[in-house]
Amino acid sequence: MQQFLDLTLSGLSQGAIYAAFALALVLIWRSTRVVNFAQGAMGMFTTYLALLAVDAGWSYWAALLLALGSGLLLGAFIERVVIRPVENGPELNPVIVTLGVFIALQALASLLFGAQYRSFPAPFGLTGLQAGSVNLAITPYGLFTIGAVLVTMIALVALFRFTDLGLRLRASAFNGEVSRLLGVPVGRMLTLGWALAAVVGSLSGLLIAGGELVWPAYMDPLIVYGFVAAVLGGLDSPAGAVIGGVAIGLALSYVSGYAGSEFAGLAALLILVAVLLVRPAGLFGRATVRKV
Amino acid sequence: MTDTEAAADVPTPGRPQPSGPPASRWSALVARVRRPGTPLGRHLRGLVIGAVIVIALLELVSPFRVSQITTLSYYVVACAGLTLLTGINGQISLGHGALMAVGGYTTALLLPAGLPFLVAILTGAVAAGIVGIIVGAAAAKLHGPYLAGATLALAVGLPGLALAFADTLGGEQGLTVDVPRPPAWFADAHFFLFGSDPSTTQYLAYIGALVAGLVLFLLANLHTSRYGRVWRAVRDDEVAAELAGLRLGRLRVLAFVVSAVCAGLAGGVLALATRLVAPSGFTIVLSLSLIAAVVIGGLGSLTGAVLGSAVIVFLPPLVTGLGARAGLSDVQAAELAPLTYGLVLVLVMIFAADGAAGLVRRLGGRLRRRQGPGTGPPRSGHDAAQESDDAARRTS
Amino acid sequence: MTAPERRSERPAPRSTAPPALVVEGLTATYGPVTALREVSIPTEPGRVTAVLGANGAGKTTLLRTISGLVRPQAGQVRLGERDLTGAAPETVAGAGVAHVPEGRGVITELTVEENLRLGSLLGRRRASGRGGPARGWSLDDVLELFPAIAERRRRPADTLSGGERQMLVIGRALLTEPDVLLLDEPSLGLAPRVVTQIFAVLRDLTEQHALTVVLVEQNARSALEVADTGVVLALGRVVAVSEAAELAADQALRHAYLGF
Repeated sequence: MQQFLDLTLSGLSQGAIYAAFALALVLIWRSTRVVNFAQGAMGMFTTYLALLAVDAGWSYWAALLLALGSGLLLGAFIERVVIRPVENGPELNPVIVTLGVFIALQALASLLFGAQYRSFPAPFGLTGLQAGSVNLAITPYGLFTIGAVLVTMIALVALFRFTDLGLRLRASAFNGEVSRLLGVPVGRMLTLGWALAAVVGSLSGLLIAGGELVWPAYMDPLIVYGFVAAVLGGLDSPAGAVIGGVAIGLALSYVSGYAGSEFAGLAALLILVAVLLVRPAGLFGRATVRKV
Repeated sequence: MTDTEAAADVPTPGRPQPSGPPASRWSALVARVRRPGTPLGRHLRGLVIGAVIVIALLELVSPFRVSQITTLSYYVVACAGLTLLTGINGQISLGHGALMAVGGYTTALLLPAGLPFLVAILTGAVAAGIVGIIVGAAAAKLHGPYLAGATLALAVGLPGLALAFADTLGGEQGLTVDVPRPPAWFADAHFFLFGSDPSTTQYLAYIGALVAGLVLFLLANLHTSRYGRVWRAVRDDEVAAELAGLRLGRLRVLAFVVSAVCAGLAGGVLALATRLVAPSGFTIVLSLSLIAAVVIGGLGSLTGAVLGSAVIVFLPPLVTGLGARAGLSDVQAAELAPLTYGLVLVLVMIFAADGAAGLVRRLGGRLRRRQGPGTGPPRSGHDAAQESDDAARRTS
Repeated sequence: MTAPERRSERPAPRSTAPPALVVEGLTATYGPVTALREVSIPTEPGRVTAVLGANGAGKTTLLRTISGLVRPQAGQVRLGERDLTGAAPETVAGAGVAHVPEGRGVITELTVEENLRLGSLLGRRRASGRGGPARGWSLDDVLELFPAIAERRRRPADTLSGGERQMLVIGRALLTEPDVLLLDEPSLGLAPRVVTQIFAVLRDLTEQHALTVVLVEQNARSALEVADTGVVLALGRVVAVSEAAELAADQALRHAYLGF
């Protein structure tokens, strides 16, 4: 029972990170019909920038802002420069472009920052909280993680639901042509959508790095888990991505705890295949999957 | 190529050359090989010319180059299979590194049991093929980004098995592979021809080149066979292909299995060449390198697969050397290669999507076949019109 | 977003003369197919120009070329002093040309109100650019004009019927404060009674607010009833231009091109 509770708590904080990453994928998918396989590498890169800032004596919070800000620019840059030209081409082309960005960014990070393991600071404690005499598996940092993801989501919901900019962003994502006829600068909106998504991706990169080791490939598993979470939620539904992320976080935590962490990747694969075969549109989505 | 010739090709691919066909079939085969312009003849001539070039290279170049040729050979095998899947059938796979792992580990497990290495490699290929059936069956229902994500999950998840069954599969350290020594007949033949004993490195390179040559030959015939055309038809227009009575699901699975078998063979050769199979040898980076190779070389073409593999194998030492001369440390310089082909990948796609209509059409079809009256496979004009229109629409 | 003080200004006619739309010699191609050949159409503020013709005559392409979705090979689109030839659709929309596309104009994932708000966003920008509201349409005015959609303002737009969708997109176009209204097949799939209703509203709006309206229709008979001027397209060329009443009376032309 104690173990189950512990696994549930650590699953929740991991799940929050997967949810953020999945949300980043969904935001981009919804607006440009591209699965951004470079999202992990982009988050890795901005996390390294934060690490450099910390090395230079910045506070964690200043470094966090730097990472999010550079994520914004990186997302905008990548959409404008490399995604825009292939957006209307065959479906595989943007996939391959994002893979190219993935490979290039990872290599660039090794080149600039070194390929060795580095430890990344955490702004809060990493030892479990005490509830009476029981040591819980939820750490202050874990709570911060969950809180940061929640705040981000509330901010995004507020942006999309209640502001004019959010309305323009959604309109551009749903129907570019009609939006342009209504004077919405759709090209700029798509760039902004990528930029926002990259901020969320950067946040997930930072959060998963806190108190852990980082190296240029440390985000690789997160790409898969985040993708599985996004597909579970239907790829089109931000709420679905969040629920999918938490579900994957819990599932992988139980698998790791009861069967061994080496099975986590396999479990993710099995969940993905099961979802795609049973409910191809995900639990919440309306995605079209090809008919055979 | 006329249709009757193509139909006559059907029984040949997928099967090794008939070992002892009846005299009449034999003479028919000889006639087809001799006839200029038939695909089979062309491919056989290519095989012979390729063999001569490879043998010459293996005897003349330094041992380092020889081992590079071995590396090239397994990349060629894997990429040839992948280009069939992605270029010809339009399915993407980011998980072929994992399928190579299946082949590699099977080979490494069987060799100590005293099996001849060719049997071990072939068993590895069969094992990868079986995994390919399972993955392919799931993949047949998916498209584009979904398929890419699912196969990526395969690439990340499967190596976990090596850790989970560390007793058999060696865990993080992996398994070392006993490299077969050149048998006496090979050494004798080599001495007779070239006046020297073959090194183990050379022997391995010969094995790799032999496997690569055979795979290329068989796949070349498969490309020009009815199956090749059917796969292309499925890629270009699913709806039309289905209306024509093709069983899309089975065709997709078949393409996946063929390419998985190639990946398994490649994994076996890799196991021999590197003398080690370990999870670190089959990372996402390997899978992505394969995709990079087939895209850079030109999707859907076996020549492209060979060229792309050559880029992946020979580019790293080249740019690493350049980097070292420019004052980078060895570790840093080693990263220049993936940096380069990541960028090349992006550039190829951007320029293909904008200009080279051939590439667009080859890869494509999947997404942008929306309607069009009586859409059939030859739809270049219609498509190009739509594309330029789309391009015009998003000008700001 | 509701601006009550604006409502009082609504009936006030605009003081300055609205800019005139000029469409001259437009040639446009879809890949190898030439969809428009040197098409010019007469338009005038306060008047409805109906563009008629069979399927594939180039009617939709004409509207798409005016609004910037298709780039013309030759010819000119001007609004007042502004040259809009080959401009991006968002620029053309910002200049005051509201294009209501055929069928798909509703963004079904948004609510009715959000669709309308998108129109208001552009309208507000245009109004502030001109230094004050010209017609001062508010969201409530539009909902008053079309009570059917008012009841559903918070519902997703895909719950609307065909006629309600048409009202929604026309209302949304009005909110953009347009000088020019391009309507593509507004009667498509609607019951005759609804068509009559919509065309009546259109007629009133055109005259009250000096709108320049270009109406593309398959349904030539109804279109000529509401229009002042008629243009007939065939295979991308203008084959007839005249007063709507004259066109309607020309039996040979009607039989040859308009099918009634």
